[in-house]
Amino acid sequence: MVAPQELAVQQKKELTPKEEKTVPARYFIPLTDIYETDDALTLVMEMPGVERKGVDVKLENDVLQVEGRIDFAKYDGFEPVYSEYNVGHFTRAFTLSNKIDQDGINADLQDGILTVTLRKAKQAMPKRITVN
Amino acid sequence: MAMLFSDPFDSLFNLQKTLDAFRTSTWLDSGLSAGGTYPPLNVFRKDDDFVVISELPGLQKADLDIEVKDNTIRIRGTKAVTYPEKAGLHRRERMAGRFDRAIIVPVSINADKVQAEYRDGVLAPFLPRAEHDKPRSIKLS
Repeated sequence: MVAPQELAVQQKKELTPKEEKTVPARYFIPLTDIYETDDALTLVMEMPGVERKGVDVKLENDVLQVEGRIDFAKYDGFEPVYSEYNVGHFTRAFTLSNKIDQDGINADLQDGILTVTLRKAKQAMPKRITVN
Repeated sequence: MAMLFSDPFDSLFNLQKTLDAFRTSTWLDSGLSAGGTYPPLNVFRKDDDFVVISELPGLQKADLDIEVKDNTIRIRGTKAVTYPEKAGLHRRERMAGRFDRAIIVPVSINADKVQAEYRDGVLAPFLPRAEHDKPRSIKLS
């Protein structure tokens, strides 16, 4: 294990929408890690402040659309005095290849981290060939 | 009578003044113990009290340490990003590491009544203003 580095601030990237949003709030692109294991592809997204009921994972035409909405009601009665980051919803889209089993998609939210596990289709799994 | 030469005492006094100004400026003061810039903070006020909100997704509660003294709050900890052992990485945007940040709020904090909430990756310590620091209204007799 490498000694932990001092964390630097990562500026939140705001979404430049292709179509106009009708929700009066900002949208940000969540920081995402994508890794692949033998039987699945996993997307890990940072969506701080998003509750379970605010998450929307949709699959349409091979595009996985992930949206996480913030509940702004929590900020009611708070008077902002100093601000370093913007608060907004999160959204990001991923194009899936045909290697993914589209029925085996699983999403889990824990402490602002959304983990989407995409199971690989049978034909894309590595096969072990025994030598006769 | 017109002065032909500049007064040597004048420049001496000027030097003294400059040195005094340098000594009384806050430039050489000891700063906050923690000089980090992560995490970014949003500070809100609710009546007399303050709430310092920061986005720290995916932290273990044991890896988070919050200290409060007088009017300073210090937030430090370690953020870890782990992957399964036999994984191939396609994209890596999340960062792991240490952080240590302190911020001064303009009131004294009642350290006994501080409540820190960590939910959905958002840390929100509630800092109540100390009773002795609150303004007192004076009744007219």
